[in-house]
Amino acid sequence: MAIRAMIEARNLTKYYGSFLAVEKVNFVIKKGEILGFLGPNGAGKTTTMRILTGFIPPTSGEALVAGYDLVGQSIEARAHIGYLPETVPLYTEMTVKEYLSFMGRLRGMKSGQVRERLGYVIEACRLEDYYDTFIGKLSKGFRQRVGIAQAIIHEPDVLILDEPTVGIDPIQVVETRQLIKDLAGGHTVILSTHILPEVSMLCDRVLIIHEGKIVAEDTPDDLGTKLAGVDRVEAEVEGPRSQILEVLKKIRGIIDVTSRPAGKNRNVYRIQAKQGLDLRPTISRTIVNNNWALLNIQLLSMSLEEIFLKLTTEEDLRT
Amino acid sequence: MRNTWLIAWKEIRVFFTSPMAYVVGFIFVGLTGYFFVRSVDSALSGPNFPEASLRHLFSQMSIFIIPWLAPVLTMRLLAEEQKIGTLELLLTAPVRDWEVVMGKFVASMTFFLGGLALTLWYVLMLSWRGNPDPGTLASGYLGIILYGSTAMAIGLLASSFTSNQIVSAVVSLGILVLLTFLEVGADQVGGVASTVVAQLGITTHFGDFVRGVIDSSNVVYYLSVTGVFLFLTVRNLETRRWR
Repeated sequence: MAIRAMIEARNLTKYYGSFLAVEKVNFVIKKGEILGFLGPNGAGKTTTMRILTGFIPPTSGEALVAGYDLVGQSIEARAHIGYLPETVPLYTEMTVKEYLSFMGRLRGMKSGQVRERLGYVIEACRLEDYYDTFIGKLSKGFRQRVGIAQAIIHEPDVLILDEPTVGIDPIQVVETRQLIKDLAGGHTVILSTHILPEVSMLCDRVLIIHEGKIVAEDTPDDLGTKLAGVDRVEAEVEGPRSQILEVLKKIRGIIDVTSRPAGKNRNVYRIQAKQGLDLRPTISRTIVNNNWALLNIQLLSMSLEEIFLKLTTEEDLRT
Repeated sequence: MRNTWLIAWKEIRVFFTSPMAYVVGFIFVGLTGYFFVRSVDSALSGPNFPEASLRHLFSQMSIFIIPWLAPVLTMRLLAEEQKIGTLELLLTAPVRDWEVVMGKFVASMTFFLGGLALTLWYVLMLSWRGNPDPGTLASGYLGIILYGSTAMAIGLLASSFTSNQIVSAVVSLGILVLLTFLEVGADQVGGVASTVVAQLGITTHFGDFVRGVIDSSNVVYYLSVTGVFLFLTVRNLETRRWR
């Protein structure tokens, strides 16, 4: 079996009763890749992840992990997965060490293997000081770390993390992200989130899911430029604001101009043209011909937030 | 099988770190002690011929102890996993559903057998002053173990239906009380139906064991009811995935 794809989803569809949660989702994740799974709440992220971990079967379609079908060869497939559900379920009446040993053994490790691996995991998740602490006594951030530790204890090929940075404080968020980054390479990671910067920080590739369907798939950077096109320009100009605004708005093809101050007598103008229209030459000539000083002009790529909103609210920018 | 022991071992450790184990143990010892003393006392002072047996203790245990003990010992086993979400981790680990259920069942039986082991003290006391029949004692213990396993399986099924421990306990208590009263209630219906209803009762099959008779039909009754309830528990976990 030559497996280059660690995770494969083929036409995954899931109905809860008559409610369609996930519709014909297809994707392939290569070994070592970090894939960001992005979508608003209720978009179908958790459902997709639950199918990929074998917790629930798809209504139709199939999911493969490490080449094993999650319905037909569920046990084999599950042995390759480390999973952190959104709720970070932990046994609060066990100590960190007991819990991690139990989870490792449950996933098929021998007690000797667990002992060898425990040191690394504890160090990677920075839990050294809490080895014998009852989980019930740990703060949310530390529980999150224990959650990640249990997901990697058995060195799984595939790591599935459902919203791993929700509900912890900002410093812990940074640490958790760093931890995930460190883990990449050895593991293939799927990470769901609705926090956009997280995706650009961590992921090689992004899938945007909305109402159960994949609406976009690309690298975080390409997604920005591809969707933004050339119709949004930002120009910094020295000169009288109201006059400049008036002149700019008269240019054919410009839909909207907004401005914000950028120093003495200087303003940054954000210009939205009709879709696909590159107006940079016209704009720069107009400004220079009016004897204003053009300090800077550039295409504006869309931030992930804007892409996300654009894709998920179906707002028509074409006008 | 390995996973079954693993899960059972985890439950046992957690159980003994909780106050529950000691509270339940205390009440169990208190009640069995009371029943034992009363049966010996009435045998010595009453008109009946004094006997060195645990007959009364076993009968009273089946009616006054097991119907609450089993719900209490099993209520958290699956309900808690659902409530805190760890069931999702158990069911996504490379472990089969029946291994999870068997692990929980083995754990609950371990608690029960642990409690039962404490009653061996009464056997010791009887042998010190009297001459109890080892055969009758053995069949009594076999009977109470089978009775207990049936009750635990019922409790486990109730626990698999809900994430609320109280609901689980109330449901299994209800089922157990119902099964306990089937023998008495059977008289109300009469005819063939009466026999059928009585045969379904959980107490109907217990008397023989206490008297020292091991009838295979009684053994089959307890084993099959246990099996059916464990099977239903496994199926209920499975359907949880399909919902």
